[in-house]
Amino acid sequence: MQTRQPMPNEYSIDVQNLTKKFGAFTAVNEISFNTKKGEIFGFLGANGAGKSTAMKMLCGLLVPSSGQATVASFDINKESEKVKKRIGYMSQKFSLYQDLTARENIRFFGGIYGLSNKQIKEKTDELMERLHLTDFANTQVGDLPLGWKQKLAFSVAVFHGPEIVFLDEPTGGVDPVTRREFWEMIYATAKLGTTIFVTTHYMDESEYCDRVSIMVDGRIEALGSPKELKAKYHVKSMDELFLQLARPETVKIF
Amino acid sequence: MLPIIFVLPMIQLLVLSFAVDYEIKHIKLFFVDQDKSQFSGLLYNQFEASQYFIINDFSNSLAEAKESMQRGDCDQILVIPHGFEQDLYRDGTTDIQVIMNAIDGTKAGLSSSYATNIIMDFNRSLIVDFGMQSSLTATPEYQQIEMDYSYWYNPELNYQAYMVPGILVLLVTMIGGFLSSMNIVREKELGTIDQIHVTPIKKHYFIFGKTLPFWMVGMVEFGLGLLLAKLVFDIPMVGSIFTLFAFAGTYLLVVLGLGLLISTITETQQQAMFISWFFLVIFILLGGLFTAVENMPEWAQQITRLNPVRYFIEVNRMVLLKGAGFKDVASHFIVMSIFILLINSLAIFRYKKGS
Repeated sequence: MQTRQPMPNEYSIDVQNLTKKFGAFTAVNEISFNTKKGEIFGFLGANGAGKSTAMKMLCGLLVPSSGQATVASFDINKESEKVKKRIGYMSQKFSLYQDLTARENIRFFGGIYGLSNKQIKEKTDELMERLHLTDFANTQVGDLPLGWKQKLAFSVAVFHGPEIVFLDEPTGGVDPVTRREFWEMIYATAKLGTTIFVTTHYMDESEYCDRVSIMVDGRIEALGSPKELKAKYHVKSMDELFLQLARPETVKIF
Repeated sequence: MLPIIFVLPMIQLLVLSFAVDYEIKHIKLFFVDQDKSQFSGLLYNQFEASQYFIINDFSNSLAEAKESMQRGDCDQILVIPHGFEQDLYRDGTTDIQVIMNAIDGTKAGLSSSYATNIIMDFNRSLIVDFGMQSSLTATPEYQQIEMDYSYWYNPELNYQAYMVPGILVLLVTMIGGFLSSMNIVREKELGTIDQIHVTPIKKHYFIFGKTLPFWMVGMVEFGLGLLLAKLVFDIPMVGSIFTLFAFAGTYLLVVLGLGLLISTITETQQQAMFISWFFLVIFILLGGLFTAVENMPEWAQQITRLNPVRYFIEVNRMVLLKGAGFKDVASHFIVMSIFILLINSLAIFRYKKGS
């Protein structure tokens, strides 16, 4: 999609010392990491650890207090509008328009990303079929079961072929079967070269990621593949690792 | 929702226009006659014949009358004192007492002047019928000059012709201001605004897309209201309807801008509702619909200069009733344009994609 200075080791997301302060409170404290093209990157952390704030900065919803980051090789400080063209976003709050039908939602968001009517029409039919939503294409999204909505929202988020898609707790409240289907969709999308940046509270899901980072108190405490991390911290599961790292925070709260 | 948006304001227009009436009729009068003479009987008949008064009680006890007013059974007490006729014959002058419930000052003022008129008539008939040189001190001196009124622009003094154009403005304001301010805030509440903010949509497209539907709804609403005004109330439409629509379109841009501004400074629909109400109440009460702007104290008149509702009501009345053309309301257009520029640039400045 974009051809700006294609470097051999180009990262889809490259973050250097990114910081966000709200008054005296530092929500995100000098985090650094990067993701490769087509990678599934799990962004973990307890509630309030700063995940959402970091993600909002990367999506151009929040301006960083300091630090650098490029997303799809555009600077989030200076070129956030260009970043926005190349990313997809699906938030924890279900974010399609509930009072529009599936088809209308796709047409609306497709239109915003500059797809032609013809493209939208063709891709919509194909998508509806793939999601088995053909019979419900003209049902208001608010009337669809949650699992279907989430799958639809994901499809809309990647509809315009973004280089990176940000998923903020995409499977919250969804049954295990649908969650598996959802992750199949994520795998299929990653295979096509789209970077998946996903936050989740389900530790079994974090095992599906190529690499994960765990945020504690605004800092990244651990970063690596699930296998590496488990070996490094001598734990059997990601669940155990998460409890071990995130515990100090939990103790402070209660 | 869409049918409701159109039907409710029309119901409002019908109900309000029929109900709002400044004329005061059927004033409940307690007639206290302590004289029981021919003259007091004559005065009684004159009050009874008047369409403004209903004599709903009659007695010779003032105490009873006062009690009745205390209970709210009468609005006005007329006391004919003992020796009324005798004094008139002997001295050519006497006093009668008129007591009014002045809680509603306007009503009290009007009913007192109605009463004065009737007493003046009575005075005149005494002179004519009895050749008396009488003067009841409750009346001003009998005057030789009689006035003949001619009412321009609304010859039948039809209150609806005065009210309907004004009420129309309120309806358009409610649709434009309320709905548009709710609309963006609602997206903040639902979280869809974040979804919009991560897209590359241009700010002006978003704002345009958010306001255009309400502009159209407002215009249709205005058109329907005018139609009702013509069909149901037979409001005269002397001036150019095109000028009216042009002004409605301009006016809506002010109101929509205000709605947008409100939505940028609020986080929930509740907050937006509260602020919208604040403005709406001020706009309505200082808009010249219920109290003529000329009757307000000087400082309040100055405030109304900032009130877009005032300008629209004026234009509506000027065009519909007086037949004003574009040139006559050009200054109103200019003021609206300044409002549009100020409010909308402030709103667009305040509205930032992301935060």
